[in-house]
Amino acid sequence: MTQIKLLLGDEAIAEGALQAGIKGVYAYPGTPSTEITEYIQHAAAARDNGIHCTWSSNEKTAMEAALGMSYAGCRSMVCMKHVGMNVAADAFVNAAMTGVNGGMVVVAADDPSMHSSQNEQDSRFYGKFAMIPILEPSTQQEAYEMAVYAFALSERENLPVLLRITTRLAHSRAAVRIRAGRTEPAKRPVADDPSSWVLLPANARRKNAALTEKQTRLELLSGENPLFKVLLSERPSGKGIVTCGTGYNYVMENGAVEAGFHLMKIAQYPVPTERVREFAGRCGSILVVEDGQPFLEEQLRGIVGGGYPLKGRLTGDLPRTGELNPDNVAAAMGIEKSPVLRVPEGVVPRPPALCQGCGHRDVYIALNKVLADYPAAKVFADIGCYTLGALPPFCAIDTCVDMGASITMAKGAADTGLHPAVAVIGDSTFTHSGMTGLLDAVNDKADITVVISDNLTTAMTGGQDSAGTSRFEAICVALGVEKEHVRVVVPLAKNMDEITRTIREEIDYRGVSVIIPRRECIQTLARKRRREMSKNNQETAK
Amino acid sequence: MKKDIILSGVGGQGILSIATIIGDAATSAGLNLKQAEVHGMSQRGGEVESGLRLSDTEIHSDLVPLGAADIILSMEPMEALRYLPFLHEGGFVVTSSSPFRNIDPYPEEAVRAALAGLDRVITLDLDGITRTNAIPQSANVVLLGAAAGIIGILSPEQLQQSIRNIFAAKGERVVEMNLKAFEIGREYGGRQ
Repeated sequence: MTQIKLLLGDEAIAEGALQAGIKGVYAYPGTPSTEITEYIQHAAAARDNGIHCTWSSNEKTAMEAALGMSYAGCRSMVCMKHVGMNVAADAFVNAAMTGVNGGMVVVAADDPSMHSSQNEQDSRFYGKFAMIPILEPSTQQEAYEMAVYAFALSERENLPVLLRITTRLAHSRAAVRIRAGRTEPAKRPVADDPSSWVLLPANARRKNAALTEKQTRLELLSGENPLFKVLLSERPSGKGIVTCGTGYNYVMENGAVEAGFHLMKIAQYPVPTERVREFAGRCGSILVVEDGQPFLEEQLRGIVGGGYPLKGRLTGDLPRTGELNPDNVAAAMGIEKSPVLRVPEGVVPRPPALCQGCGHRDVYIALNKVLADYPAAKVFADIGCYTLGALPPFCAIDTCVDMGASITMAKGAADTGLHPAVAVIGDSTFTHSGMTGLLDAVNDKADITVVISDNLTTAMTGGQDSAGTSRFEAICVALGVEKEHVRVVVPLAKNMDEITRTIREEIDYRGVSVIIPRRECIQTLARKRRREMSKNNQETAK
Repeated sequence: MKKDIILSGVGGQGILSIATIIGDAATSAGLNLKQAEVHGMSQRGGEVESGLRLSDTEIHSDLVPLGAADIILSMEPMEALRYLPFLHEGGFVVTSSSPFRNIDPYPEEAVRAALAGLDRVITLDLDGITRTNAIPQSANVVLLGAAAGIIGILSPEQLQQSIRNIFAAKGERVVEMNLKAFEIGREYGGRQ
């Protein structure tokens, strides 16, 4: 029995994981990965089977919890955006050393072109670094199939498996054939093997040798993946294309095989070296088409040797950075296109902005007002909606680097005597990675003013629960911030005098102070109201 | 047969709901479909776009290639113009003529002139239409109605059925309001 559903790539992965019988998904929201976990949260199958699906505080706690679930003998999945891999890297790389018990799949959603991110890092490098299998689907259907396959592969090879997608697949919808029912994975006892799970140097050396030795076998497996493909043109031109992920779709859109290209589609890594070598022998030149950084291209260069005509991002045949699309791939394939209409003069960019009525607006208005009197002030901000405070009309922040960096960068700057050093961080980002930095600041009695702009949600990614809601004062005091320097205000225009006075007082206090402007995100508030309204509508209709 | 549609607007204007309706109709009709959406940061009042590809044969690319779109369907006039490079020579622009002024200065004159210079264009005063008819929440469905006659690969009746399907969960009143909005849109679209 199959059912056809119109699904985002993210949702197809969620369906695959449900099909594979996961016991839990662990994640911190991050575009473009958020919808995987949300789909499971809303799935009846998750409720019926008691599948864990609440949000984690950050990607590292998520990765470790997933590993714990695997240790206990159940299948687990952990999802994040590409930069989340940096946060979880310690747990991720070492999970490859311990190996797994229940199947464990790590989903990393990369964001080429940085639609919603601060860099373009390619998670496949992490997979190679950890020496584990990486799966890369091209279509929504493949995303579903690969998610199912990933758990079996993980258990068979006793390794975590990385499933890598990009924004375009994550956030594009297509019909997916879903098999009915849910696999009940074979019951596994809780792991009972400290020599595998206690990574003391003596154990780790043995595990490292075993993992390294396994690589040849993993390469062979990549060539046997059911979605690995070699398509030979009936009218070969001598040219070949090696592609993967969404790159395959653009190559096919441009009729590669009909145009005389031999085609190899990689579905799994490590790169199947022998298959590539054999394919290169059939072709006179190869174009590498991959979304993300030139991961495949660099490795192919090593396989085919320096003299072989290999083209791709490194040679400039495809753009060195940014997302692939059907047009830049067509150009790299040498397909001429007729000229297109131009964007008329006068059309100007429309950057995103903080919503009208958003509490962050009042926070920045107040900060700008106060800091006008402190020309040396620097504002260290963080990741979230409030990063938009960088744009006009506010132009209120000086830095935004990574989750939690506001507090620690403010501290480092304050250590040099910079004053006022102000940190602006959201509630969810604070519990993600701000708390440890605040402890550092308290221990050093750093002269910083921390603004935790609390809108009671993880707003930028669509309003997920925030881990510390209603406990921020308690957390700050427990970390050692003096009670009288933990101040709460309500960011509304009518309170502007009180807010600016509070900021001024805490800047003038030469120690750690925390100001918490607290007002619910107007988007989540509006959503709640709409839900209530439609509930009332339905009840009236009854 | 295939149809490539670019949906555009400003974050929060409801272009994804249009995509959901067309997507439901396409799936019910057994067509292949790919729909690339924009999530995340740009949804905060920025420019948003969604490419919708419908076909009775296999669709490979999730993205609409340049010069391939049959229709640009836009909730905002400047946002319609932004995606003109995607439109093919005989393609249609169906757009709201009501500017969303969250940028200063808004290029009012340039936008009006550029729209007037297009060969195949349907413009709708969506603000006025939704106000007069007291359907403030359904501007996006009015726009869909105006394009119903030129989508071709799906009939207006199929789209109507999908409006019922999609809004059913929100109660009969919401369904009726959106069906009315769709009819009003069809009327305006038919006139142009």
